[in-house]
Amino acid sequence: MSFSTVTLKLLDGFWQNCYLFLFTLLAALPLGLLITAGSMSKFAPLKYITKAFVWVIRGTPLMLQLFVVLYVPGLVFNTPFHSRMTAALIAFIINYAAYFSEIYRGGIESIPKGQYEAGKVLGMTKSQVFFRIILKQVVKRIIPPIGNEVITLVKDTSLARVIAVPEILKQAEDFSKNGAIWPLFYTGVFFLVFCGGLTLLFGYIEKKLDYYKG
Amino acid sequence: MAVFEVKDLRKSFAGKEVLKGISFSVEEGEVVAVIGPSGGGKTTLLRCINQLERIDGGNISVNGMDMIAAVEDGKAVYADKETLRKITLSIGLVFQNYNLFPHFTVRRNITEALVRVLKMPKDAANARAHELLKKMGLADKAEAYPCELSGGQQQRVAIARAMALEPKILFFDEPTSALDPQLTAEILKVIRQLAAEKRTLVIVTHEIGFAAAVADRVIMLDEGVIIANGTPDEVIHNPTNPRVKEFLSKLDE
Repeated sequence: MSFSTVTLKLLDGFWQNCYLFLFTLLAALPLGLLITAGSMSKFAPLKYITKAFVWVIRGTPLMLQLFVVLYVPGLVFNTPFHSRMTAALIAFIINYAAYFSEIYRGGIESIPKGQYEAGKVLGMTKSQVFFRIILKQVVKRIIPPIGNEVITLVKDTSLARVIAVPEILKQAEDFSKNGAIWPLFYTGVFFLVFCGGLTLLFGYIEKKLDYYKG
Repeated sequence: MAVFEVKDLRKSFAGKEVLKGISFSVEEGEVVAVIGPSGGGKTTLLRCINQLERIDGGNISVNGMDMIAAVEDGKAVYADKETLRKITLSIGLVFQNYNLFPHFTVRRNITEALVRVLKMPKDAANARAHELLKKMGLADKAEAYPCELSGGQQQRVAIARAMALEPKILFFDEPTSALDPQLTAEILKVIRQLAAEKRTLVIVTHEIGFAAAVADRVIMLDEGVIIANGTPDEVIHNPTNPRVKEFLSKLDE
């Protein structure tokens, strides 16, 4: 088993991880904001339903959620998933949106009340205050915790293996079944490189937003 | 005619009445200082006037516009949105801790409301910001961020920001209480300058000496009621009310 065969096969698997990573982010980042709107709503039923939802998602293992999303449609509605990747995507998106929503909420609540009041006495509408004054400051504050989550997501994508998505660890395991353990260790390099790139990217964004303090 | 009037204003927090029927008016060009012990209701009064708190009863009118349309079942019913908006724009407020927008430059802090609220063209807004900053002695700080300025400079930007909308009346909520004596003098100088221009100002302050020097009229608020309302001579130099005397004598200690 040559190094290049293994590398190509692992890259094949890592492509699945990247796909899962990218589409989870694209969907979960905006969906999280919607969940935040729910959990900060003044309409009590919506607020408590959303909070209960976030509690369930954050209070159960992502691995379990993968199984639930994969099996429940088949068991309840008799319409099983044809694509395991789709099931994995749905579970990941819901899970990460819940986490992002809490980061957003923390960020929004950390902006001093005086900022809203200053906007209000200047005659700005509620949406002007939120989008022009509050949200822009929230972005700066939440970049570090979002960076944390994003890096966790890279590694979490390997959990999709439990519902047989052919991601990188699955590929490496196949090699180990034939007696070669080293490809399994080799997968770490792929994650390290990817996370290294993300670390640099988030460092760059933080620096970009460092033009003001507060 | 009074440009600003408060009539029998009432406000309670959780059953505790903080403002117990406040009435006073302000004439155009008048400078009014509001003094009194902490917890007496000064800040709440200002917050009610600026619609940051809902009032329970009474009325506030600015330039002939009533903030409260009616009182039904003992609850104040606010005027329609457009009237409230006009009232908001007729009133300026300078906060105790400035509340500048930290992510905007000094210039943008001033122009944001002009452009977004008054829909003024950017060039005109920038010109007005520049003019105000020049007046505040901050012409060279237009492109700085608030975090790069001293407290006194930040407060001057906040004053410029409030004045940009050309309000009929400008309120100050203890504008110097977060500043050291030197920076306090800097802000008081600016306020003096505005008073000399015959602008209508209402200043909540702990600086009794300043209030006496710059105000045409002094109002003292204690336990939610106005206990004195007169010229600085009447209220500060020759107080008759025992509670006013007591408050002033404590300050001298």
